[in-house]
Amino acid sequence: MGNTPGGRKKLEMPETSEEVWILRLYVAGQTAKSIAAFANLKKICEEHLAGKYRIEIVDLLKNPKLAKGDQILAIPTLVRQLPPPVKKLIGDLANTERVLVGLDIQPAAKIVK
Amino acid sequence: MARREKKATLLKALDKCPTGIKGLDEICGGGLPRGRPTLVCGAAGCGKTLFAMEFLVRGATQYNEPGVFMSFEETAEELTKNVASLGFDLDRLSDSKELLLDNVAVERSEIEETGEYDLEGLFIRLELAINSIGAKRVVLDTVESLFSGLPNPLILRAELRRLFRWLKSKGMTAIITGEKGDNTFTRHGLEEYVSDCVIFLDHRVTEQLSTRRLRIAKYRGSTHGTNEYPFLIEEKGISVLPITSIGLDHPVVTERISTGIPRLDTMMGGKGFFRGSSILLSGTAGTGKTSLAASFVDAVCRRGERCIFFSFEEAAAQIIRNMRSIGIDLEPWPKKGLLKFHTHRPSVYGLETHLLTMHKVIDEFKPAAVVVDPVTNLISLGSSLNVKAMLTRLIDFLKMNQITSIFTNLTSGARALEATDVAISSLADTWLLLRDIEAGGERNRGLYILKSRGMATSNQIREFLLTDRGIELLDVFVGPSGVLTGTARLAHELEEKGAETARQEEMELKKHGLESRQKALEAQVAALQSELEAGKGDLKRIMNQEKERQRRLDQERKQVGRMRKADHSTVQEGARRKSGKEV
Repeated sequence: MGNTPGGRKKLEMPETSEEVWILRLYVAGQTAKSIAAFANLKKICEEHLAGKYRIEIVDLLKNPKLAKGDQILAIPTLVRQLPPPVKKLIGDLANTERVLVGLDIQPAAKIVK
Repeated sequence: MARREKKATLLKALDKCPTGIKGLDEICGGGLPRGRPTLVCGAAGCGKTLFAMEFLVRGATQYNEPGVFMSFEETAEELTKNVASLGFDLDRLSDSKELLLDNVAVERSEIEETGEYDLEGLFIRLELAINSIGAKRVVLDTVESLFSGLPNPLILRAELRRLFRWLKSKGMTAIITGEKGDNTFTRHGLEEYVSDCVIFLDHRVTEQLSTRRLRIAKYRGSTHGTNEYPFLIEEKGISVLPITSIGLDHPVVTERISTGIPRLDTMMGGKGFFRGSSILLSGTAGTGKTSLAASFVDAVCRRGERCIFFSFEEAAAQIIRNMRSIGIDLEPWPKKGLLKFHTHRPSVYGLETHLLTMHKVIDEFKPAAVVVDPVTNLISLGSSLNVKAMLTRLIDFLKMNQITSIFTNLTSGARALEATDVAISSLADTWLLLRDIEAGGERNRGLYILKSRGMATSNQIREFLLTDRGIELLDVFVGPSGVLTGTARLAHELEEKGAETARQEEMELKKHGLESRQKALEAQVAALQSELEAGKGDLKRIMNQEKERQRRLDQERKQVGRMRKADHSTVQEGARRKSGKEV
């Protein structure tokens, strides 16, 4: 996806895995909440989806049209683009348990044990 | 310095933003508060969305103020279809950038809350929409559905408060719709945030009839009508009944117009009704109320004036047919555009809707007179208080427009004739009472004028006849047994005629007798006269004879005296004495 818009671009492309997670984080400028959300997301992904995820940041201030196109109301919103189905998470992703449930990620620890 | 300037602007009256909704601007003194949000709330199906949509469409088409409609419930396609029936072409308005429809879809099942959030996305989206068409008006319909779509109402409340403030700061005249809650204007208490103007819509069903009403619950910084105003959603949008202008200062004219019945005109000081007055025709069933009204309609149309016949009982064709049977031909008038029949079953709408429809029809047709037949049928639609209120409004409206109105009122037989069901008699300027007079095994119609303000009227009851030449009024006979009408009147007439003839004959006879007696007397007089004459003749003859005898006696005496050579004087004296004794 080359059209990743926004200011703070962050691309981490997993090449090997059969399962690719594309997560899009909608923010509106660099607010405390969006910075927190990004940090939380990054942490969770590293923990549970290491190597098979990609995070796209969409700054609605720079690309306001996407607010309508992607039906974004709340900021920050995290959208699971892949794998289907599309899922939406709102908030700063501070509640890890809920993020995992929302994204439908099997906790890594569980798999190991 | 700056502060003083600010104060000066504050002192200026609140700037109003006309809604373009018929009647609403009159109630709220010019429109909604400009640059502020207004809360429009009500239960489901009360017309909130339509209200808001009309506000935008009128703004775009009449006041050159583009608008954004942000819908949280319906999609743009659904909205477009829904309001197409009101003649609003949203596609065209969207194309010309006068209107922007935006559907915000919130699906709770797709959303997981994971922490603190705000609604910046909505703000960005709205701002983009506003900027893209230069909008001046915004509608959020129904922003409350966010409460069911998004978790954490605390955040949501704070964000909505921020949203309304933000709209205000952008100078948007906004309508925010909200669903009615229990004992609150909105389910989620939006009225706490949108406090400048609150309009409450209500859709009430009483006895299976629905009425829509509108009330301005709050309007900060402005005077406004505080009543509940009925409104209609009709082909051309919403229309609110403007009854703010009601007062008792109608123009008054002294012009009189014919009632259509010459003798009724005569009863009313010879000239008929006052133009612009309200006339109440009351009577029991079958007393000829409709016929009398039709006769008036005919007279109005004959003068070349327009008239509307509101019929709640009969179809137009039926009225025309029935009236033809009594010699009133109404058929040409609708064709000439002078007469309009407006026939509806009373139960098709609620009271207010009837009133509004009547207003609308009257406004469009601009008649000189209207007939409401019968007004009593509307009573089934509401409490008598409501009906009276409605009729007051209607009569006021008619008077204001100098429209002469006839209301027929059906009184049920068991009641006092002079009691109108809705007590509208006090509203009527002229009250004609049609009544049955039942006597001698038949019913006849009687008419009298119960009151007529401002004119001298006949106080007599008249018999009211429906003939094939129209309506006729006849004098009634008042006898010892009461008023005589119909056959009794005819019988009485014949009786009187018979008595008259008999009397005449008797007179003739008497006259004859007297004459002959007179003649007899005269003859008698003549006979006596002749007798008298005869008597007179005899007397004369006797007198003459007596004189002759006396003379002869005297002569004889003289002769004797001469012969006896008596003294002349003694002879004479003695002769006189003798004759005195003898006579």
